[in-house]
Amino acid sequence: MSIVTIERRLLERNDAIAAENRLAFEANGLFAINMVSSPGAGKTSLLERTIERLRDRLRIVVIEGDVQTDLDAQRVARYDVPVVQIVTNGGCHLEARLVNDALGRLELDRADLVVIENVGNLVCPANFDLGEAMKVVVLSTAEGDDKPLKYPGMFRNAAVLVINKVDLLPYVNADVGVIRSNARAVNPDLLIFETSCTNGAGIDEWCDWLEGRVEAAHA
Amino acid sequence: MHELGIAGGILDLVRMHVPAELGGRVRVVHVRVGEMAGVVPESLDFCFGAIIRDTPYEQAELVIERVPARAVCRACGSRFDLDLPRFACPACGDVGVEMVEGRELQVMYLELADDESGDRAASLAEEGAGVS
Repeated sequence: MSIVTIERRLLERNDAIAAENRLAFEANGLFAINMVSSPGAGKTSLLERTIERLRDRLRIVVIEGDVQTDLDAQRVARYDVPVVQIVTNGGCHLEARLVNDALGRLELDRADLVVIENVGNLVCPANFDLGEAMKVVVLSTAEGDDKPLKYPGMFRNAAVLVINKVDLLPYVNADVGVIRSNARAVNPDLLIFETSCTNGAGIDEWCDWLEGRVEAAHA
Repeated sequence: MHELGIAGGILDLVRMHVPAELGGRVRVVHVRVGEMAGVVPESLDFCFGAIIRDTPYEQAELVIERVPARAVCRACGSRFDLDLPRFACPACGDVGVEMVEGRELQVMYLELADDESGDRAASLAEEGAGVS
């Protein structure tokens, strides 16, 4: 037997393209977030509320990732912001190359904030860098307070947790305090917001923080 | 859930190092998969078996080394295996720990059968690959 040494990371190509994307964001003074969650947690709704509140002050561009359909891009386009839909045709996560292709169809020099909405999946997107400044994980109260422990990779790799659908708390078997403590057990550095896209609770706090980060990226 | 794509990446790396005419000599492909890499070893093995079928590399067997998630405590400096999903330091209880191993997803090395003439297959490995 002979040995051929390879010692290559399987994601090195993805990470190299992610680094390219990150350079493009930084060169344009952009803040880019990668929104991740399970399907139905409210990523698109949170994005819609965010655009409503910030569109007069920030130039927002959106990259939508879905397994199928451009329904999300249609929702976002109603707010008159540039949006590119990526359809993965079964792929369970976005990869840096797909985002790189999408960036070529956006005018980055005329934007302040890039929101990448990943495929709804709490597992795979955790391990694929897209070049974003940070991952924002959205967890809805209806999913249960044990999810940070069951999907530690995602909560570990995110910088921000948005606990969404807090208006449903009286009806679901979840405790925000337990979500918070479970999330912090996995990632003590998580910044946590609580929102409802239905009644608007917490949207101001989230948007104020986001605007601050966009300003910091400009500087 | 994306093990098929990862398996394709492994085969790509094997192809880069061993040309198709020598593909039949590749017997073992050693990979390292971290506990937190988001890849299920059984699924990866199944996918790899499926994609090498009817290729010159179809005799290859995937050997997966599972890398446990390890961390270093920022507070007391101790190094320990993580008891997932808990990230607290077992020595001092601090939660400020840094994961240092467990995200690996790497192809480490190949084992190639030598041919009948005793010619070492590895001598045909492409430039840049370490050969022993």
